[in-house]
Amino acid sequence: MEIGKGKNGMEFNSNSGFMYVVVTIVIVFVLLQSIVFLAKAWKRGKELGMDKQVLRKAVGSSAVFTIAPAVAILLGVIALSKALGFPLPWLRLSVIGSLTYETTAAAAAANAVGSSLSQQIKDPTIFSTIAWVMTLGIIPGLVLVPVLGKRIESGVSKIQTKDSKWGEVFLNGLFLGMISAFLGVVFARVREGLTGWIPVFVMLASALLMLICGLIRKLAKAKWIEEYALPISLLGGMALSIPITTLVQSLVG
Amino acid sequence: MKKERSYRDSVHFIGRFWILGALAMLIAVPVAICVYYSAWPPFGGVLKGFLSVAPIFWTVGVIEVFTYVPMLGTGGSYLGFVTGNLSNLKVPCALNAMDRANVKACSDEGEVISTIAIATSSLVTTVIIAAGVLLLAQIEPFLESPVMQPAFDNILPALFGALGVVFVSKNWKIAMAPLVFMIVLFLLVPSLASSVGILVPVGALIAIGVARILYKKNIL
Repeated sequence: MEIGKGKNGMEFNSNSGFMYVVVTIVIVFVLLQSIVFLAKAWKRGKELGMDKQVLRKAVGSSAVFTIAPAVAILLGVIALSKALGFPLPWLRLSVIGSLTYETTAAAAAANAVGSSLSQQIKDPTIFSTIAWVMTLGIIPGLVLVPVLGKRIESGVSKIQTKDSKWGEVFLNGLFLGMISAFLGVVFARVREGLTGWIPVFVMLASALLMLICGLIRKLAKAKWIEEYALPISLLGGMALSIPITTLVQSLVG
Repeated sequence: MKKERSYRDSVHFIGRFWILGALAMLIAVPVAICVYYSAWPPFGGVLKGFLSVAPIFWTVGVIEVFTYVPMLGTGGSYLGFVTGNLSNLKVPCALNAMDRANVKACSDEGEVISTIAIATSSLVTTVIIAAGVLLLAQIEPFLESPVMQPAFDNILPALFGALGVVFVSKNWKIAMAPLVFMIVLFLLVPSLASSVGILVPVGALIAIGVARILYKKNIL
């Protein structure tokens, strides 16, 4: 079989119109789900007598916060597009996938069939192998949420009805477990020397920005800053990582 | 109270429809590629690739369900698990929105805010990626310039540094033990960085254990 063609001789191109159509259908489906859930939650919020302003602020701050991580995800799409074209990475990174997962899964699959992601995949069989492995790897969440979601929830609500204060402490413990794991990772490269400290410095810079936002809110009574404190600190931390990296590299020489 | 139950039940009902629909569509994508190009892959190749990713990613997938479902609430979970990018985007986004709105996760209001945050975040992500792919020629030099690299390499430290200030300062008594444990662990075994997802429940167990002791002693 000639490389670059399927068994029926159809020319394979990972950026083909066919690929775009398939991927667009799924992305539209997921967009619809987001809109349906947004509308349902909004209606429910009004039923509960929540202030419209609060709901609007949740939309605004979430939208602004999403920008920087979404651009990072876009970079993931661009990186994978060199081997897989745009449609597949686009789908996999905007639906279900995550930045860390997709690249690893695609590389492992390519490796398993004796190929690599260093060049454009032209063989449709290799491409479909990669697509299958990327898909199979993310199935657990989609199956387990409908199967176990209700049970997990009733477990949590049992804890809460039994002792509501402990229920709150329990959930805070869960948040802090996650946050401490991701803060711990920041220290993983410290033993590599000063350059390994860069993530730690960036984390501290961003934490400092968050504290400054809190101070401004208190001193200048600027309540608006509260909504945007996280995006401001995130973007500020990312921006500061540029001079921090330059400085550290000039110190290391 | 009765009304609440019926609302959550209705979210479970439509949530199951959407999440299983998404699963079917996702599986349909490789099927469509195989049929259209007559390119069914060798079973051995798929199996080998699958076996090299499943041990870690299926484990993380299972763990994510148990840790994130209580945080995200009903609607947030059905939507978050379909739209993905949970730990680097959706979960911090929902936690921040609930904190700002001053509502508790798992409360009626928390459920509303979490779902709104995740839905908004999904819509914005999709729009940004679509715009990025369409405008690629214009923005690629900027995004991929070496000057910008540190900013994107350090997105997680910047994100969790800021989020950490909010949640650690509010609960520093609970936070200290898991935080010290994780920092020491990653200093000793840096290679664990690639499987941080597996360590989330470890941190949670430590935090909840410490919280239980402090709570019993009335120190919280």
